[in-house]
Amino acid sequence: MPDVAIQVDAVTKRFGGRTVLDQIRLDVIQGETLVILGGSGSGKSTLLRLMMGSIPPDDGDVVALGKRLKAMNARELSDYRRSVGVLFQSGALFNSMSVAENVSLPLREHSDLDDDTIDIIVKIKLELVGLREHAEKMPAMLSGGMKKRAGLARAIALDPKILFYDEPSAGLDPVTSAEIDQLIIDLNQKLGVTTVVVTHEMDSAFRIASRMVLLDRGKFVTSGTPAEMRDSQDPLVRQFVYGLLEGPLTDRRRAGGYEADLLQGASN
Amino acid sequence: MPILSPIIGLRKGMSDLLGFVGGLGYLMLDTAAASRAALFGRRGRKIGWDNLWAQMVRVGVKSIPIVCMVLFCIGAILAFQMAPTLRSFGKVDAVADIIAIAVTRELGPLVAAVVLTGFAGASIAAEVGTMVVSEEIEALETMAIPPIRFLVVPRVLATTVMMVCLAAVADTMGVMGGMLTSRLALGIGTQQYLTHTFDILKVRDFLTGLVKAGVFGAIISSMACYLGLGVTGGALGVGAATTRTVVLTIVMLILTDLLFTMCFYFLGL
Repeated sequence: MPDVAIQVDAVTKRFGGRTVLDQIRLDVIQGETLVILGGSGSGKSTLLRLMMGSIPPDDGDVVALGKRLKAMNARELSDYRRSVGVLFQSGALFNSMSVAENVSLPLREHSDLDDDTIDIIVKIKLELVGLREHAEKMPAMLSGGMKKRAGLARAIALDPKILFYDEPSAGLDPVTSAEIDQLIIDLNQKLGVTTVVVTHEMDSAFRIASRMVLLDRGKFVTSGTPAEMRDSQDPLVRQFVYGLLEGPLTDRRRAGGYEADLLQGASN
Repeated sequence: MPILSPIIGLRKGMSDLLGFVGGLGYLMLDTAAASRAALFGRRGRKIGWDNLWAQMVRVGVKSIPIVCMVLFCIGAILAFQMAPTLRSFGKVDAVADIIAIAVTRELGPLVAAVVLTGFAGASIAAEVGTMVVSEEIEALETMAIPPIRFLVVPRVLATTVMMVCLAAVADTMGVMGGMLTSRLALGIGTQQYLTHTFDILKVRDFLTGLVKAGVFGAIISSMACYLGLGVTGGALGVGAATTRTVVLTIVMLILTDLLFTMCFYFLGL
């Protein structure tokens, strides 16, 4: 049986009475690249934040690297966070710090390394993402793709066991998006980290995934390899994967009562 | 039921107020607890002097010219306002005594704090709020770096220290404004004015003003950080937090000042 890096165990999450995730069960196998798919409001980013330990589940639990997140005290949660890296949608670089200072921040906070060693590690991490010559630039001087690469260098600064990516290709042109995808594949292979990616960009998802999961309105729909997802006969999966105009997703929107809403407005 | 709506509204208002005061109090306690690690912790976690100095320059040094101008004008205004009444009692030279007490005990720290609220409080709230919107705070948490130690402590320390310095500058400028007006418009000589000022002022007048100033500084930055960290809803939320910071901080400063003045009065200070 393969080692499980993260086990999502019947997790439910509600915000203000609205159920965003409903009884989700999911295993992330060590070393794999799992892509979580789903439309806007499907709960995929919430699922990512639950796995990151940023928010607690209302029901169920997440077992990460062998420990239940709900049972962790502050110190254990801090230790867990040090063993994962996160690339945020915007890069989330600190604007008052240079690229090198951003990357060195977790090293200065969590290690006793001297400045020279930290400088060397920062250069290695920046070289891995192709930004070594931009180390002294401020985030405001970087393009969208460069910001994400810098964010990635910071995410891998402490050699994490798991890397989380929140919409890594969002807002990027196709070439830059492909470069980021290649970087995700390279880091997964070179560093051997378990990778969890949230995206709704299918080209990117098929390039990087070793396994995919589809969520819809907070519920688990299906999971499988990219080939299995492509060959799926489930109408919802087919519509999402192939971006079809006709299918359950658009039927649901049409059944949303638009015409009735218009007629009601006219009669008032 | 419409008849119950004022009661329901009052209950919600009280609940919101208690939540706000509790949240702010928790942040201030957390900041005090995190200050130890930030000041005396190990190298990587300690606030660098560069960082602290940058915050001090940002919140305090840049507001010195405005505080100087405002307090100089207040000193002058007080002199002009009090002169006719005091002259009718033949005590026009008491202008110096009243300005000295009013400025050092009350107006210097309070007006400097109001200026700093507009200058630094709004800026801190906008900065922290923007960091929330751009996921920087969440990034700190995922890197196991407490935002309180990393962001709030340097800002609170810098504002507290600079507020005390600003109050001292404000006191001096208020006295100078009164002195110049007295000399040019009221016929009170500089020597006479200063003699009155130093005769009436006691060290405790100056110190009570500075103690208040320190507390005001902590309130300004804590409120700004608290409201900034609570931002939701993108750029609109940042704007709303900035406005709320200025309004609520000024209200909080006045209430705190009243509390201090009452305490000092009953303690005979």
